[in-house]
Amino acid sequence: MNAQTISMARPRRGALLGMLQNYGVYLAIAVLLLYNLFFTPNFFNIENFRTQFVQVVPVLVVALGMALVIGTEGIDLSVGGVMALAAAVMPLYIGYGLFPVVVIAIVVGAVVGVINGSMVAFIGVQPIVATLSLMVAGRGVALLIAHEQMVSIMDPNILAVGRGSVAGVPYSVIIAVLAVLLVAVLVNRTTFGKQLIAIGGSRRAAELSGLPVKRILLIVYILCAALAAIAGIVGTARLGASVPSTLGNLIELSAITAVVVGGTPLTGGQVKVIGTVAGALLLQFISATLNQHNVPDAYSQITQAVIILFAVYIQRGRLAVR
Amino acid sequence: MTNEPTTAAPPTSAVKAPVLEARGVTKHFSGVTALRSVDFAVQPGESLALMGENGAGKSTLIKVLTGVYQPDGGELLLGGAVAKFARPLDAQRAGVSTIYQEVNLIPLMSVAQNIFLGREPRNRLGLIDFTKMVADARALLDVYGIDVDVRKPLRSLALGIQQMVALARSVSINARIVIMDEPTSSLEAREVETLFSVVSLLREQGIAIVYVSHRMDEIYRVAERVVVLRDGAVVHVGELAGLSRVELVSLMLGRSVDKVKGSGSTAFSANNASTAPPVLVAEDLSRRHQIDGVALHIRPGEVVGLGGLLGSGRSETLKAIAGVMQLDRGQVTVDGKAVRSGSVPAAIRAGIVMLPEDRKVEGIVPNLSVRDNIVLAALPRLSRAGFSSRKNQDAVVDVFMKRLHIKASSPDQIVSELSGGNQQKVMIARWLAMSPKVLLMDEPTRGIDVGAKAEVQALIDELAREGLAIVLVSSEVEEVVEGSARVIVLREGSIETELLGDDVDAKHLLAALAGVDE
Repeated sequence: MNAQTISMARPRRGALLGMLQNYGVYLAIAVLLLYNLFFTPNFFNIENFRTQFVQVVPVLVVALGMALVIGTEGIDLSVGGVMALAAAVMPLYIGYGLFPVVVIAIVVGAVVGVINGSMVAFIGVQPIVATLSLMVAGRGVALLIAHEQMVSIMDPNILAVGRGSVAGVPYSVIIAVLAVLLVAVLVNRTTFGKQLIAIGGSRRAAELSGLPVKRILLIVYILCAALAAIAGIVGTARLGASVPSTLGNLIELSAITAVVVGGTPLTGGQVKVIGTVAGALLLQFISATLNQHNVPDAYSQITQAVIILFAVYIQRGRLAVR
Repeated sequence: MTNEPTTAAPPTSAVKAPVLEARGVTKHFSGVTALRSVDFAVQPGESLALMGENGAGKSTLIKVLTGVYQPDGGELLLGGAVAKFARPLDAQRAGVSTIYQEVNLIPLMSVAQNIFLGREPRNRLGLIDFTKMVADARALLDVYGIDVDVRKPLRSLALGIQQMVALARSVSINARIVIMDEPTSSLEAREVETLFSVVSLLREQGIAIVYVSHRMDEIYRVAERVVVLRDGAVVHVGELAGLSRVELVSLMLGRSVDKVKGSGSTAFSANNASTAPPVLVAEDLSRRHQIDGVALHIRPGEVVGLGGLLGSGRSETLKAIAGVMQLDRGQVTVDGKAVRSGSVPAAIRAGIVMLPEDRKVEGIVPNLSVRDNIVLAALPRLSRAGFSSRKNQDAVVDVFMKRLHIKASSPDQIVSELSGGNQQKVMIARWLAMSPKVLLMDEPTRGIDVGAKAEVQALIDELAREGLAIVLVSSEVEEVVEGSARVIVLREGSIETELLGDDVDAKHLLAALAGVDE
C-alpha cells in the first residue's frame, strides 16, 4: 500500500536497548577486567597484557575487513582460506627477503578478494555463497601449494614480524594498530567509507543516486581479503611455520562475532571500527580468563556461541526499535 | 469520494447465488486502511473486471480472496456459505485459483509434472504412473488447444504457454473461480489471443473469471461487469457496456468529468512554459513489454507533465531517461550531447536526475542522517582527494535545509525519523545539490501531508522559473494539469497524444488517459 503517512516519531522505550547495542561490549570488557582484577592471579601485569594483545592480532585484523564487508550487508567466509593461502605462498618466496614475501602474500590474498568481489558485485552471487566457495577452495589451493606440508620458517626478519618488538611494543601489535587507524579513517573520513555505508543502508537508493556500487563492493572484498592475508602473515610469523592446514581455521566466526558484538549490525549500513576492536578484545579476554582458570577450551567455544546469540538478539532489537 | 450512484447487481445474475462474495471486508496495515468495508460478489460463469489505480486496494482484495491475508472485518462467502481461508491452500481447495503475471510453477519439472504436482496418479505399487500422467496432461491441454510436448520442462516453453499450463492446472483442480492478476503484461499479442480463447472456454464451463488489468482494450473485450476500487473502497459496480472509457477512468481517478475542480486546488501558479531550445531530447525510447518509441523534448524552465494510467509506461519512461532501466532502442541527449543509456552515473553527469516513485525503498537511506542523505550523490564533488570534507558538506546542507524548509532537529537526525514530506524534501535537496539541468519527478507529492505537498508544488514552480527542465509524473489529475505547461499522455507504452495550451485541462487529460478521441 502506498499513499500513507507513517508517523516517524521514534519510540523511546528502546533507550536501554540502544545503550546496550552501542556500549554493551565496553561494559562487558569492564566487567571481565574487574573480575580478573580480583579473582585471577597474575592477570594484571604488563607481560600478560602483551600476550593478550599479540594473540588478538589475527582475529582483530580479519575482523576489521569483515566489518567493512558486513557494513555493505555482505559477509566474507573465505578469510580463513585467505590466511592459509598467504601462509602457503610465504615459504616459496622466502629467499627474496621480507618485503617481497609480504607483498606477494598480500597480492595472492587480494586475488581471492577480486574473485569474491566480482561474484558479488558483477554476477550477483549472494555473498555467503560466493565466499563459502572460496573458503573451501582457498584452503584447498593452499594445501596443494604446500603439498599438505608444514614448512618451518627460519628467516629472522619474517620471524620478527610475529615475535619482535620495539620499545616493548610487539611489531604485530603495531601492525594491528595501523590497520585499525587505516580502516577508521577509511570509514569515517573518506568518500569511499560514506558510500560503502550508504550501499549497506540501501543498495537501491545508492544505485539510483549514481554511486559506483559495483566498484565499491569489489574494493571492499579486496580490502577484506588483503587484511586477512596480513593476518595470515602475522600468524605464520608468530608460529614460525607455514601451516596452511590449520591456520585461520574458523577465524571467520570469531571475526563475525567481534564485529557484531562491537555493534555493527549484520543488516549493514553501519561500521563500528572501535566497537570491532573492543569485540575482538572481549573474545580474547574471555578465552584468556577461562584458560587461566583451567576451563577447557571447549567451554570457551560454547561461551563464544552464547555471546553470538546474545549479540544477535540485541541487534534484532535494533531493528525493532527502528 | 464521488457521489456516483452505485449500481446494484444486474437483475439477471441476482437469481443465482454468487460463487464468491466478500461482505464488508476491511483490512488495515499498521494503521493504514487498505480496504474499508468492501462488498464484492462474483457470479458463476461471469467475467468481472476489477479496476483501480495504484494503491486503490486491488491487490489487497485479491490477497484476501485467495487466503494470503485474513480480513480484519467482514466475511467471505463461498457459494452462499461463510468461508474462512486461513492460508492460500484453503482457498485453492475451495476452488479459488489465481493466475499471476509471473507463473508460480516449478520451471525445471515437466509440463505434466507441474499439472499434477501434489496429486500425481499412482500405479499399484504406489509409485507415480508416468504413462497415465503424460496421457492425462495431454488430454487436458488438448481441450484448450494447447499443443506442447508435456514431457518437456516447463521453462523451455514460452511464457504465454507456461501461463496456459498454470491455467489448465488450476482448472483441473476443480476451480470454480479464476482470478487473473495482470495476466497479459508479459505476453505477446498472439499469446494474448490464446489466453482469451481459453478464458471463453472456461466461462462456458461455468467458471467465473475475475480479471485485473490496466489495459482498457482487454477489459472491454474480456469483461461484462466492472468493480472499481479507489482508496480501499468500492466506488462503482456495474455493467461495462454503456460505461464509457472516460467515465471508467474518472471513476478510477476520482475525478468526474463535469465536476473537476477549478484552478487553485494546488500550489502551482506560473505558466511553466518556455520557448528556449530543448535541453533534453529523448528519441525512440523502447524496451520490450514496457515502452515503445517514446520521444520527448523538454526545454529549460518548462514543466512537462507525463500522464498515463498505471502500466502506461510513465515511470518506465522516467527510468529510461535517468539511466535506471536498460533500453532496447533509443537515445537520450542533453544539450545535444548523447548520454550513455542504462547508466545512472552517466545520466547524472549529463545533468539528469530522478526523484524516484518509491521514496522509502529507492530514495532515502533510512539509517543515515539528514546530512548524509542530502550529500549522498554530491559526496565526490564535496570531497578533496577522496577525503570527505565536513565543512563543504555543512555549507550545502545548510543552504538546502533552509531553502526547502526541511524540519529536522539537526542535520544529524536520522532521516527515517522525519515525516514523509520532509523526507521528500531531503530527496529533492540531494538532487539540487548536483545542480541538475533536468529533474524527473515521479509522484513527488504522494504520501506526504497537505502542507508539504503545497510546498513541494511551489518549489517545482520556483525551480522551473530558475531554468530547470522538469518532467512531472503524477496520478493526480489536478497536479498534472495545473503544474504542467503541456502534458504528454502515454498509453500502453506509447505516446497517445500531447496536450498543449488550452487543452491542458482535466477534461482533455481524462479523455486522453482513456484513449478516446474527442
